Amino acid sequence: MEARKMKLEKKIKTIFDIPIQEYVAPGGIFCQGCGAILAARLILKLLGERTVVVNAAGCFTLAVVYPYTVFKASWLYTAMACAPAGAQGIRDALDILIEKRKIDKNEDLNILVVTGDGAASSIGLQSTITAIHRNLDFWYLAYDNQAFMNTGAQKTETTPFGAATSTTKPTSLSPLGTEQEPLDLFSVWVSAGAPYVATVSPSYPVDFLDKVERAKEIKGPKLFHCLSGCPPGWNYEPALTIKVGRLAVESGVWALKEAVNGTIKHTYIPKKRIPVEEYLKIQGRFEHLFKPVKNKEAIEEIQRKVDKYWEYELHDAK
Amino acid sequence: MKKLMTGNEAAAWGARLAEVDYIPNFPITPQTEIIETLSKWIREGEMKAVFRTMDSEHSMLTAAGSASATGARVFTATSSQGLLYAFEMLYNLSGWRVPVVMVNVSRGLSAPITLEPDHNDILSARDSGFLQIHCETAQEILDSILVAYKISEDKRVMLPTIVNFDGFYLSFTREIVDVPKLEDVRKFLPEYKPTHTFFKASKPLAQGTPVLNSSLYSYFRYQVHRAMENALDVYKEVKEEFNKKFGRPIDEVETYMMDDAEYALLMTNSFSTKGKKAVIKMREKKINVGLIKLRLFRPFPTKELMKQTRGLKGLAIIDQNISPGKGGVIYSEVSSELYNYEEKPKVITSFIGGLGGKNISETEFEFAINYTRKVYEERTTLRVPILLFTEEDKKTSKTLIDIAHGGEKNEA
Repeated sequence: MEARKMKLEKKIKTIFDIPIQEYVAPGGIFCQGCGAILAARLILKLLGERTVVVNAAGCFTLAVVYPYTVFKASWLYTAMACAPAGAQGIRDALDILIEKRKIDKNEDLNILVVTGDGAASSIGLQSTITAIHRNLDFWYLAYDNQAFMNTGAQKTETTPFGAATSTTKPTSLSPLGTEQEPLDLFSVWVSAGAPYVATVSPSYPVDFLDKVERAKEIKGPKLFHCLSGCPPGWNYEPALTIKVGRLAVESGVWALKEAVNGTIKHTYIPKKRIPVEEYLKIQGRFEHLFKPVKNKEAIEEIQRKVDKYWEYELHDAK
Repeated sequence: MKKLMTGNEAAAWGARLAEVDYIPNFPITPQTEIIETLSKWIREGEMKAVFRTMDSEHSMLTAAGSASATGARVFTATSSQGLLYAFEMLYNLSGWRVPVVMVNVSRGLSAPITLEPDHNDILSARDSGFLQIHCETAQEILDSILVAYKISEDKRVMLPTIVNFDGFYLSFTREIVDVPKLEDVRKFLPEYKPTHTFFKASKPLAQGTPVLNSSLYSYFRYQVHRAMENALDVYKEVKEEFNKKFGRPIDEVETYMMDDAEYALLMTNSFSTKGKKAVIKMREKKINVGLIKLRLFRPFPTKELMKQTRGLKGLAIIDQNISPGKGGVIYSEVSSELYNYEEKPKVITSFIGGLGGKNISETEFEFAINYTRKVYEERTTLRVPILLFTEEDKKTSKTLIDIAHGGEKNEA
């Protein structure tokens, strides 16, 4: 109940409430315009250097290449399937060592798992669901660039309907590219009983960090599922990452919301949704829906699904 | 304090006396009794540790490694399929240089899935960078766990260890075990106080980082090998201290009736007891035979082995494992290490037996020694490996295969 009351009170209200401190240093080997590193930069502004980032195989694995690191926080690379298990070991070790007075309680750390959507929605899902089940006190930033980007954009469970990936290339036999609907990671976490689950976007830093700040009061698993634009994987100009994120939210494709102890609330509702076409057409991964002939049916289907989602959600909210 | 206990309980006692902080776990037959025992002690307040059941052995080993990298003393246990499921993390833990101690209760590998022991599970972890200590008795299990922490946590080593013993034959049989007093154990194995890097807020640190420079990658891999070499020296120091404190030798290579032996069986784990009994029988028949038991398998105790096999006419290696298309793993290991040694045994023979816990009878041991003698004396061509399979085994198998075929007699 406390958590529910707490969520009403915004803590980060404007961009000026965001700390200027940086815990991600420049010079990392990320692609230009990477949305994921923007997300990490934002969340670490509030978690700070008393944090250990636990990583699974993905783009972020190369954020730290011996002897360099971009993080002022600590770091542990585990393997692709088991970052939440690595988080569990650190949490348990800190708890027991503090309890046995083998280390000072000031040595305690925030534990932040950072993985891509591949680890979050497929190979790492088993270790994630059980970490939620054990109510592990940790943060999880899932940067969702909607494909296995580090290996060259193969389809994952969160690749959207109609997107081209290197394993779902549009052909005359399969003109849509990806034919499946993405796995709803937000709902998976909510139904597993996580006390705090949010969707975020680096294009909406106030919304993002207000959620992080408020979630600090919650003990247990906390997910920040971040739609993270990927210039090489989505095939758009690096300068457009923030714009692509905004179009995703303003078109209603990416809903910004949170679930506090299972109660879902949209934290940003676009007043008038722009057509999904605006979001799709600036990304090369959807080019086949527009060229050489416009696939009206597919675009309308995507629009229909978005409209249906909001109709249901907004109706439900009343 | 002498107590009658199963091999599994002896393993639990080892962890208890080492006063471990953390026990990530996942059940698997025939290991489960170890974690059941530990959870009971923790829940009754007899032991102070966090007991954490994970979603799999892969996660279990990950949590073990990350907790150890945070400075906790960690114990865990698995078996067979579980060890293979965790395989990727074995290499990670040795690369992280964390002194985790894990028990593996050997069990044959699937398919076909089975329950009783052989050593394809543990030997598959041969190259993982874990030290390996193999046990014949329940007492050895308890002792080896204490010794394992002492060696793993030594700053010259800083590598994880697997203590191995056989499922069923040792996990579920009861033996008298001398349980040392906690005060005495504390003197031998003090609290783990890591001096190397580990996670704490006052000193941010990156661990498990990628290395994309091949010279540097080789450097770190060689470091693991060097640490293994150091572990040979450390083992010697630790076994002496252990023997002095507790009065039990725990040599890298144990010998049985080897003083005047011309031939020897070479074995590991619980079936060594069967081998020793066969040695007594053969001695009664005036065959000069003894038995060599490999206790330390990684690092490989080459010098000790050279010493114990010096001048033998024949060495019969009994492998309770099979590398299809090659033969016995221990045969390969021992032969390659002795090849350049001038006083090596004249003949080294290879026998596969005891797969899936199949008995090795005295007749089979005697056959192995007689065959080895024949090869030595008559210089006959050596067949490698020889698969031990008795008429009785054949009959039993055939009966069951016939049933599987609906009762029809099957020519196979």
